[in-house]
Amino acid sequence: MVQTQGHGARTRAHSYPSVSDPVLAEGVARRFAARWALRGVTLSVRRGEVVAIRGSNGSGKSTLLRIIAGALRLTRGTCLVFGHDVGREARFVRPQVGLLGHGASLYQDLSVAENLTFAARMACIAHDPRSISAAIEGVGLTPSANERARNLSSGMQRRVALARLTMCAPKLLLLDEPYNSLDDDGLAVVDKLVRDTRADGGATVIVSHDVDRVSGIADRILTMDDGLLFAGESAAIARDADARAHAPLLLAHDRAR
Amino acid sequence: MSLDPPLGIRDEMSRMRAVAWKDLTAERRSKSNLNGVVFLAVMMLVLFGFALGPDAEALRSAAAGVLWLTILFSGVLAFNRSYQLELEGDALETLLLYPGERWPIFLGKLVANLVFVLLVEVVVVPMASVLYNLAVWRALPSLLTVLVLGTIGFVTLGTFYAAMASRVRAREVLLPLLLFPMLVPLLVASVGATMALLSGNAMGDAASWMRGLAAFDAIYLIASTLAFPYVIEV
Repeated sequence: MVQTQGHGARTRAHSYPSVSDPVLAEGVARRFAARWALRGVTLSVRRGEVVAIRGSNGSGKSTLLRIIAGALRLTRGTCLVFGHDVGREARFVRPQVGLLGHGASLYQDLSVAENLTFAARMACIAHDPRSISAAIEGVGLTPSANERARNLSSGMQRRVALARLTMCAPKLLLLDEPYNSLDDDGLAVVDKLVRDTRADGGATVIVSHDVDRVSGIADRILTMDDGLLFAGESAAIARDADARAHAPLLLAHDRAR
Repeated sequence: MSLDPPLGIRDEMSRMRAVAWKDLTAERRSKSNLNGVVFLAVMMLVLFGFALGPDAEALRSAAAGVLWLTILFSGVLAFNRSYQLELEGDALETLLLYPGERWPIFLGKLVANLVFVLLVEVVVVPMASVLYNLAVWRALPSLLTVLVLGTIGFVTLGTFYAAMASRVRAREVLLPLLLFPMLVPLLVASVGATMALLSGNAMGDAASWMRGLAAFDAIYLIASTLAFPYVIEV
């Protein structure tokens, strides 16, 4: 959970973060050239929890997800995933994490089945044609299994990316705008993936503008604004000067500056 | 807390084969790169021939240099394409986030590029032997050894520097600027060995050049494999 004690914080009786939590980030800051994309984010996500993060474009949501995944180095702060530092112990972190980014990350000249076979081989997952077919069937793409990725619509490509995550079954799901380009069946696939991960004791962090959609599945909705993370569903809370004044995140934010 | 242990060497070799398979399959499907590179290589051989004039002796004496420059220039296109595959579908990030070490990704790409450049050479070398009137059959086994040794070193450096340039907007310009200065020792050794073989000195000067090539290959291969995880890091 977000360690805010100010306005908008949702506290739980058993809310103390542990180093073995799926995510334990403290004072995470990231600078791109002269601009601070993250200004000291503190976040804890526990096993079985689904956390949604909303916020305006450029507020730092995707940067935070990529840092947790180990795809981007942080400038300051620490970020542990299941107790392992995402920078220094990345090889222990990578097997636990599945990131769905903005793109589908497919090889355009490989077929759907070949893309998934490659993913299985790279992740060293036991696989055979039947398990690949089952993953494709799970996202409703059986008729397109032998189609090249470049011939698929963006929604279908997104489904292939979801099939890849389903196969890899990560313990920490990081979904960046997962509902983009998807029809109702695709949306259901995302929700099922999140529920399955939760049922297996994993955790999910979803970045989405679609608050209505994520409110049905998330345990907490947080707001990101100008590189800072706030508890609460309302953008008004994030912009509230009093909330900022109470947020301990600002201490880290000031250090980052 | 139980976490999966790091992958074993057998798993890493399997991942290396997967990367090579993926790159070669994508290339086989599109064919755009191979066709373009072979066409460029043939054009370069022809144009160098015109530039050197009709003197058969001048052509023969320049042939080794022309052959290796043709391979080098056409190979650069292949290296750029190798990482373009990853960038097209925004796949590089996902590739780097798979469990395991990064060196199998480098070696997999190296193997795919090696096969690609050797395929180009299958067309270029016979073509050069005809256009430049070279007696390649006389020293074919040794010549093949020189070609393979020189190509391994060239492809190793090319794959490494292409990774370094892959995230830069002007990568097509940057890659030759980074790569060609580093290739000078390899080019000198490759051309020296090829000239020695084509001039009939089958295992005299050629042998020392070939030992040098083997040493360059070993140094480049070890250094690039060790450094790759750092240059591909975000």
